[in-house]
Amino acid sequence: MSRNRNEVVYLKHRRSRRLNAVSIPSEVIIHIILGLFCFLCIIPFIFVVIISFSSEESIRQIGYSFRPIEWGVQAYRYVIDLGDQLWRSYFNSFFVTIVGTILSVLICVLYSYALFRVDFKYRKFFTFFSFFTMMFGGGLAPTYVVCKSLLGLKDNYAALIVPMLVNPFNFIIMRTFFQSSVPVSLIEAAAIDGSGEYNTLFKVIVPIAKPGIATVALLNALAYWNEWFIASLYIQDAKYVPLQYLLMKMQNQVDYLVRNSAQIGAEAAKIMADLPQDSLRMALVVLIVIPIACAYPFFQRYIISGLTIGSVKG
Amino acid sequence: MSKKSTKVKSASQGFASRKKTLSLLSMVAPGTIWLILLRYLPMLGIVIAFKDYRIYTKAPSFINNIKNSPWVGLDKFKFLFATSDALKMIVNTIGYNALWIVLGLVISVSFAIMLNEVTNKFVAKTYQTLMFFPYFLSWVVASYFVLAFLDPTRGLIVHMQKNQGITGYNWYSDPKPWPVILTIANVWKYTGYSTILYLAAITGIDANQYEAASIDGASKWQQIRYITLPHLRPMITILFIMNVGRIFNADFGLFYMVPKNSGPLFPVTQVIDTYVYRALAATNDIGMSAAAGLLQNIVGFVCIMTANTIVRRIDEDSSLF
Repeated sequence: MSRNRNEVVYLKHRRSRRLNAVSIPSEVIIHIILGLFCFLCIIPFIFVVIISFSSEESIRQIGYSFRPIEWGVQAYRYVIDLGDQLWRSYFNSFFVTIVGTILSVLICVLYSYALFRVDFKYRKFFTFFSFFTMMFGGGLAPTYVVCKSLLGLKDNYAALIVPMLVNPFNFIIMRTFFQSSVPVSLIEAAAIDGSGEYNTLFKVIVPIAKPGIATVALLNALAYWNEWFIASLYIQDAKYVPLQYLLMKMQNQVDYLVRNSAQIGAEAAKIMADLPQDSLRMALVVLIVIPIACAYPFFQRYIISGLTIGSVKG
Repeated sequence: MSKKSTKVKSASQGFASRKKTLSLLSMVAPGTIWLILLRYLPMLGIVIAFKDYRIYTKAPSFINNIKNSPWVGLDKFKFLFATSDALKMIVNTIGYNALWIVLGLVISVSFAIMLNEVTNKFVAKTYQTLMFFPYFLSWVVASYFVLAFLDPTRGLIVHMQKNQGITGYNWYSDPKPWPVILTIANVWKYTGYSTILYLAAITGIDANQYEAASIDGASKWQQIRYITLPHLRPMITILFIMNVGRIFNADFGLFYMVPKNSGPLFPVTQVIDTYVYRALAATNDIGMSAAAGLLQNIVGFVCIMTANTIVRRIDEDSSLF
């Protein structure tokens, strides 16, 4: 009986397959290959989560393992206890991400809207002006010198925000979004109604182009959140160190957290002595990835549409 | 009468159009200022590569420093090529890039074709989501993932080796396995991204073509060969040109963070970008760094132009510009 039912289900499944689908054995192979690759993509993160919840004793005995002898939240307790620097960095990362994203999206929308307007007199010039920088640039050293000694980007929030404000690639994405979603007649109609350019842009165009703006905003937010290179160039003061750079600094010196915490002197030395170094680092990795991992399923769709547009029509 | 009214009209139109141009100009202003300060001004800074850049102590400012540094001509470039590092880092940069362009293309196109054949759409979406995840992580984070496996005392693989009686082997001081490790890391991070790009192009292909082909008795392989791949060609070409244009630019984070900046690994992990950074950060030799950067820029520019011209000769529609 049950066997019969299985057969029926199986037949139904077969009948429901698309006309031109691959054979079932091939699809099984496809699932094995893709499944395996996806597993490899995600397993390092799971592994790090497990390590961060392993007790220091377990790590000492059997190293990092998928099955620790003993679980523990020591690492997270330490993170909370001496977290002055950590919270500071968390705040820096959030602050820089939020302010940077707002400013860069604003600049991007304004610039690409002008590029989108066919009746803009200097459209060709400004298109070239921005896209040329994608192909040729001064290089790291001259940029570094200009930023540091001419623009004063050194140990302040501007140093973390300004160098990433503009990305011509986002101009392409945004302009393409305007082209595909905003009818030119709409702008003409608004102009006839006596609406000023800014009014038209923010009252009429922006509401239509919301998905495009979301895409650019997310790309920018990710770039700011994951930023460590610029911080390593321009930031020395611990006050402005963002999360990723903190993690990078901890590579060789776990004591960086201790040195910049409120505890001092003998007490700090004692903390240093029994610091769960290995799990602590991994706990920090987890704390950095979690905001992305939580938001990721929701913003994935926007990023995909943005990247597809940007590269297909770029 | 009528003449007068048209005159007034055209005057007011002229005023309106000037006002419009001014508004639009004010819109590009913030971006333009940024581009001038952070992109075009550094291009002038390229002169640093031909000078012995020194801080002008009397009145240290960017302009004064440059003005008062002595010209040294092509010395920096000569010095760059005099070291044995130069050849090594250029070979590394081009070698890894060439390998990864081909490898990335083959893997992502095949994954995209496979994903498109998955019958259950929910499962296909799940694969996409999981595959795309590494793209959103920084190399700093990824470097700790690698460390979890290869850490000299605690790493998973190191412990497995210990259980088999191999001790004292340090992954971070033996350059031999690193080309493979870096390749795996690169595939791990970027495959999901390019797979999704290609998948988007595949789903854009008219389904009727496949149905017609299958009714005519075309096998899956034939359909891929004669329908899918030709449709993907423009996209493959565009991504190819863009990648070739960046063949002199390495993914800095991958080469700097993942090997943990380990000295013994330099022979296989030193690329132009890491050299430029190290010259700047460690030795503070701004001139050398600028020279290497300039070289990188010029070669990249020539590469992208050449690739584009060749593609335009073969197939005009596929070229980038």
